[in-house]
Amino acid sequence: MLRFAVRRLINMAFVLAAISVVTFLIFYVFPGTNTDAQVERIAGRSSNEATRAQVKRDYGFDKPLSVQYSRLMEKFADGSLISYSNQTNVRDEIARGIPATASLVIGAAVIWTFFGVLFGVLSAVHAGGWPDRLLTALSMIGISLPVFWVGALLLYYLTDRIQLFPPGGYVKLTEDPWGWFTHLILPWFTLSILFIGFYSRLLRSNILDTIDEDYVRTARAKGLSERRVLVRHVLRNALIPIVTLFGLDFGAAIGGGAILTESIFNLQGVGQYAAQSVGSLDLPPVMGTTLYAAAFIVLLSALVDIVYAYLDPRIRLNA
Amino acid sequence: MAPEPSAEFAFEPSPAVPGVAGSEGRPIEAVGPWGAAWRRLRRNRIAMASLAVLVAIVACCLAAPLWADQVAHVGPDENNLTGKFERGGKQLYVVTPPPETKPVGPGWSGRYLLGADKNGRDEMVRLLYGGRNSLLVGFVSALITTVIAVILGLAGGYFRGPTDVVVRTTFDVIWSFPVLLLGIALGTALAVGGLHLGPIDIQAGSLWIPILVIGIIYIPYLGRPIRGQVLSLREKEFVEAAAAQGKGPLRIMFGELLPNLASTILVFGTLIVANNILTEAALSFLGAGVQLPTPSWGNMIGEGVNLLSTAPHLTIVPGLAITLTVLALNVFGDGLRDALDPRAKVRVR
Repeated sequence: MLRFAVRRLINMAFVLAAISVVTFLIFYVFPGTNTDAQVERIAGRSSNEATRAQVKRDYGFDKPLSVQYSRLMEKFADGSLISYSNQTNVRDEIARGIPATASLVIGAAVIWTFFGVLFGVLSAVHAGGWPDRLLTALSMIGISLPVFWVGALLLYYLTDRIQLFPPGGYVKLTEDPWGWFTHLILPWFTLSILFIGFYSRLLRSNILDTIDEDYVRTARAKGLSERRVLVRHVLRNALIPIVTLFGLDFGAAIGGGAILTESIFNLQGVGQYAAQSVGSLDLPPVMGTTLYAAAFIVLLSALVDIVYAYLDPRIRLNA
Repeated sequence: MAPEPSAEFAFEPSPAVPGVAGSEGRPIEAVGPWGAAWRRLRRNRIAMASLAVLVAIVACCLAAPLWADQVAHVGPDENNLTGKFERGGKQLYVVTPPPETKPVGPGWSGRYLLGADKNGRDEMVRLLYGGRNSLLVGFVSALITTVIAVILGLAGGYFRGPTDVVVRTTFDVIWSFPVLLLGIALGTALAVGGLHLGPIDIQAGSLWIPILVIGIIYIPYLGRPIRGQVLSLREKEFVEAAAAQGKGPLRIMFGELLPNLASTILVFGTLIVANNILTEAALSFLGAGVQLPTPSWGNMIGEGVNLLSTAPHLTIVPGLAITLTVLALNVFGDGLRDALDPRAKVRVR
C-alpha cells in the first residue's frame, strides 16, 4: 500500500511539473517569443510604458526562456500573479470565486447523479419498451444541447418573461440560504443536463451487461426479490464505472468546467473570472486559472487513486 | 437509439431483408464484415434518417454562396443599418431606426428569411456561412484528433517501454487540464498573437487556431481506448504470425493492427465530430474560438444573447442548428456502433 502511494505521488509530481511546462509553452512560446509581443500579452494592449517596463523586468522577458519559466513559477507559488488591466491579484480573485463554483458544482452533482441513476435504471429495467425509448431519446437530446444556449434561454424565459426564478447572480449561503437556493436552481439544472444524459446512457448499458452475469442468476435462483437483485447485486457492480467518471467530472467541473453555466448566470465563480478575462484578452487570470485548476485536478485524482487502492486491493497489486 | 427487437444473427433471419443467409429460395450470398455492418446500418431507420439530416445540413452549408448570391443578394459581412427591404408587398426596415433599433425577425421573403442581426446582416446568410465554419472546424479538428490519437495509441501500445511512458504522460498531462479551460487558454493565447512555432506560422483570427486547439485537447479521449486495445491486440497470434513473416513494426502497426481498430476509430470519430462542434460553439461563444467578424454558430449565439428581449431569433436559430447537427451525429454514431459491433448491441430480454 505504501509503495503504491509513494509511486502514485512521484507520478503526480512528474505530471505537475509537466503541466507547468505546458502552461508556460501555451502562454509564452506558442504565440511567438518576440519580447515586445510577450510584454504586451501580459501587460495588456492598453497598458502604458511604465507598466510595460515593469512587466518586462518582473517577468524577465529580456532573459532566456529558462529564467522566464522560473520567474513565472515563483509568481504562481507565492501568489503574486496580478492582472495588469485592473490591478487585482489573481489568486485572491480565484479564492473569492470558489464558494460560488463549489455551490454550483456540488448541487449540480447531486442532481445529475440522482437523475442519471434513476433514468439509467428505469431505461434498463424497461429495455426495449417505451420508457426506455423515451429516456434514450431524451438523453440523446441532452448530450447534444449547447449548455450556454439552454442556460441563456432558460434565464431569459423563466426570469425575464415569467418571473418564476430570481435573475442571475450569486447570493451567499451564509447571508440568505433561501436566496442562495433559488438563485442556483436554474444553474444547477443547466449544468446537470449533459451529465444526466451521459450517466443514464452509461448506466443503462452497464446494467444490461451485468444482468447476464452468473452471480446475478445465482441471486435470482436463491429466491431474492427482483428489486433486491437489482439494487444489491446488479447496481453495485454497474455503478463502478459511474463512480470513476463522477470523480473525473466533478474535479473538472470544480476546476473551471462550469465556466459556461457560471458566465450565463453571472455567478461570479472561478470559471466566470476566466471567461471575463478572455473577453478582455487579459492573460494573467486565464494563465492562473488554468494552472491552478490543472494542479487541483492532478492532486484530486492522485488522492482518489490512493483511496481506491486502499479500498480495492486489486488496483494496488496490478499497478 | 431504440434497439431493434429482431435477432442480429442468422439463426432466425428476418424475412424483410433480401440476401440474408438462409432466406427461402435465395442462394446464400457471401458478405464480409463491412458488408454485414453496412446492411445492419441500413436497416436502422433512425440512424439512416440522421445520416440524411446530416447530409442535408452539410449540403445547405456548402451552398451558402449560392443562397447569398441568388436569393439574399447579400454577403455574410455586409451591414445594413439604414436600409429597407420588401416582404409580403410591404417595405420594412432591416433595423428599425433609433431609439428602438430592433432588427427585423424571420418571415417569408428571400432576403432576411431568418431576419437580420444588430448590424442589419442577413441572419440566414450568416447561418449558412457560420455553419460552414462550424462544420469545417468540427470535422477537421476531429480528423486531427483521430490521426494523432491513433499514431500515439499505436506507438505506445505496440512498443511499450519508454515510448509508452511518453505517450501515457502526454495523455495524462492533456487530461489534467479541464478540457474547456485548456481550450480557452490556448484559444486566448493564440487569439492575441497567432501561432508562431518554427515552420508553423498562423495569423491571429485564422480558422486554423480553433481547429488546432480543439484537435489537440481531445487527443486522450480517443488515444486512451486505442492504446488499451492495441495492448491486448499485440498479444494475438496474427501479430506473432506477421512478425514471424518478417514484417517490421510499421507494417504490423498500420497493416495488421490498424484494420482491427477501424470500427473503434469510426465510431469514436463520429462522436468526436459531434463533441468538437459543441466545443467550437462554446469556445466561440466565450470569444476564444472563431473570431468575429467570421461567423460561426457559436459566436452568432454569443452576439445574439444580448438581444434576447428584442430579437430572440438571433439566439434560437443558431442554437437549433447546433443541436440538430450534433444530435444527428450522436444518433448516427450510436447506430454505427451497433452496426459495427453486434456483440455490443444491448440485448433485449
